[in-house]
Amino acid sequence: MEKFNVFASKLIPEAELFSPGHKACQGCAPALALRYLLKAAGPNSMVANATGCMEIISSAYPDMAWGVPWIHVAFENAAAVAGGLESGIKVLQRKGKIDKGHINVIAIGGDGGTFDIGLQALSGMLERGQDVLYLCYDNEAYMNTGIQRSSGTPIFASTTTSPAGKSVPGQRTFKKDLAGIAAAHNVSYVATASVAYPFDFMEKVKKALATRGSKLIHIFAPCPTGWKSQPKDIIKLARLAVQTGIFPLYEYQGGVYNMSLDLPFLKPIKTYLKIQGRYRHLTDDMINIIQEDLNLRYDWLKGLAALSQQEAK
Amino acid sequence: MAKRKGIESSIALADSVAMCRVDAISAYPITPQTHIVEHLSEWVNDGELDAEFLPVESEHSAMSAACGMSAVGARTFTATSSQGLALMHEILFLTPSLRLPVVMAVANRALAGPISIWNDHSDIMAERDIGWVQIFAENGQECFDLTPLCFKVAEDKRVHLPMILNFDGFIVSHMIEPIEYWTQEQFDHYLPPFEPQIRLDTRAPSVMGAVGVPEIYYEAKMAQHNALLDSKAVVVEALESLEKEIGRKYNIVESYRADDADVVMVLLGSLVETCMTAVDNLREKGLKVGIVRPRLWRPFPKEEFIAALGNIPVLGICDRSFTFGAAHHPVASEIKSALYDSEKRPIICEYMIGIGGRDIRVQEFEQMFMQLLEVKTTGKALPIQYVGVRS
Ligand SMILES: Cc1ncc(C[n+]2csc(CCOP(=O)(O)OP(=O)(O)O)c2C)c(N)n1
Ligand code: SF4
Ligand SMILES: [Mg+2]
Repeated sequence: MEKFNVFASKLIPEAELFSPGHKACQGCAPALALRYLLKAAGPNSMVANATGCMEIISSAYPDMAWGVPWIHVAFENAAAVAGGLESGIKVLQRKGKIDKGHINVIAIGGDGGTFDIGLQALSGMLERGQDVLYLCYDNEAYMNTGIQRSSGTPIFASTTTSPAGKSVPGQRTFKKDLAGIAAAHNVSYVATASVAYPFDFMEKVKKALATRGSKLIHIFAPCPTGWKSQPKDIIKLARLAVQTGIFPLYEYQGGVYNMSLDLPFLKPIKTYLKIQGRYRHLTDDMINIIQEDLNLRYDWLKGLAALSQQEAK
Repeated sequence: MAKRKGIESSIALADSVAMCRVDAISAYPITPQTHIVEHLSEWVNDGELDAEFLPVESEHSAMSAACGMSAVGARTFTATSSQGLALMHEILFLTPSLRLPVVMAVANRALAGPISIWNDHSDIMAERDIGWVQIFAENGQECFDLTPLCFKVAEDKRVHLPMILNFDGFIVSHMIEPIEYWTQEQFDHYLPPFEPQIRLDTRAPSVMGAVGVPEIYYEAKMAQHNALLDSKAVVVEALESLEKEIGRKYNIVESYRADDADVVMVLLGSLVETCMTAVDNLREKGLKVGIVRPRLWRPFPKEEFIAALGNIPVLGICDRSFTFGAAHHPVASEIKSALYDSEKRPIICEYMIGIGGRDIRVQEFEQMFMQLLEVKTTGKALPIQYVGVRS
């Protein structure tokens, strides 16, 4: 974040390695995340993509959006496929069969492909310490199949498999802590990011790619279609998620947690919830539950950051 | 020149993989395949084999990682069995559709439940339709010899498809046999370095695994089907050059004393050797019995099989796995349908044998042959015979 002032937008490469003309909905934040990702990663990159919205909208033959080598195998295995790419590149370079020079291997999965069905493959790849950056774009549900809940869907959000009903008011469970799970693997680098903070995100991508070993970036990427929100509100939502503390931005490296933003206070969660159709049914009690949970988590994270920084000294 | 070693078939197979100068291996343990990948990881960790060994957390990831390895152009190997093969199922379809020439050794084993580590063919027969080239080795020597063949065929630019080497779990995998090793020069001469037709390369970005919209999906599948059918000729060619290299002759359809036979047995895998003893015993008594078997299972060598049968009037077909609820079990189903268009349709009797490691002895094959000879006289086929099952 210290580099924010020098990281003027002029310094960002103009080349679009994730080309416009893909089939994402208007206001799709995950597509924006991929665009930023490749601007930061550059052409010396290779992508393994999990099944999901981003795979579908970018690869309908013959209209490919990808300016870097890209492979899609299935839904739950992007981490394993990327692990294979990394191993393959390593041995072929060692044997002089392909040019030497670092290649960024990047795996991309949605929240469903990462938090749920792909968690095992992800854990395996992280545990093996493979030189791969895993990017999870989190739009908080299985959007590609019609907005079903995932374990990344927050409590009370209405989805097609956690509908706001008369006796169950939407999602029953709190969101799984993906970045925490990755950090528990003691990997080289973990960060959270939001599409509303593109410079921060791109800096994190660059930092991750400059670090050897396995890395994970969890980017918050609202989906207007699934959240029943206006495309024009998407960046605002991505910003409010950070400013309310429901999706704090931080980094984890070498056992130390660092908050990416120094927020003097947290905005009330209500401002964030009220512009999303998926929360239309919320009562004040429910909003309080969300507020209390996020306060606890936010304080815990800040405490973790302070403690780990102290320990590191 | 070539030297003979008394060695376990799995170890010989692993040595053969190493002598193929494999680049990358992804693996997950399962009995009775495990000795292969254990041995390869020893080679790698001792610095004897310059390859990447990726000990993944599941077979699903083993096949997924193998796709990644092969996609960048690495000569890629994995091995599995039974539940492991079943867990790979989803990804097995992707490997050929992405045209990735991964080679996989499958130590054939029963599928749960009830759980059984013993040999039959239920694992591979459940994967008949995955689009891989599939071949059967009947003993350790064949495991050793056919490994380089698999890489040669899979990586051939006319094929560019993955290939499975099947062999019976325990019966072959754990058997210590005298195996004639090729020299490294023979390997290098027989198997050229892998030159992928397509690979992921940052200097020339390409896309693998795009969405198949209705306008192209059918054509993509048709092309894949044709590529698999066309691989038959390449297998034949590779078997011929194998013979030139080491002097052993293998065929996509093998016959044993079948030329003048009144009845023949069809079976896959290592039980062929037991069956051969039965044939020899009966031949000594003047009974005209023999064996005809497809060694290549996918693509199914229909014409060659029909030609090998000639005018034989009675056929026994052995299955080693169930197709629950079907009219016929897998091998019988395949062969009966292949023979339907043939002008010379023999009488066919079906046998279920060797399920979940159930022993089958020479005498039982002899009894089956006697039955077939009787069928030849009566002219009437028998219902499916479940050999040795207790009620
Ligand atoms: C094994 C398997 N199960 C289910 C599916 C169906 N499926 C495809 S994409 C998808 C949801 C993807 O959700 P997520 O990972 O969150 O990505 P998003 O679509 O939201 O971008 C599902 C359930 C599948 N392709 N494969
Ligand atoms: S449904 Fe959501 S995530 Fe999917 S393309 Fe549309 S906006 Fe993007
Ligand atoms: Mg999602």
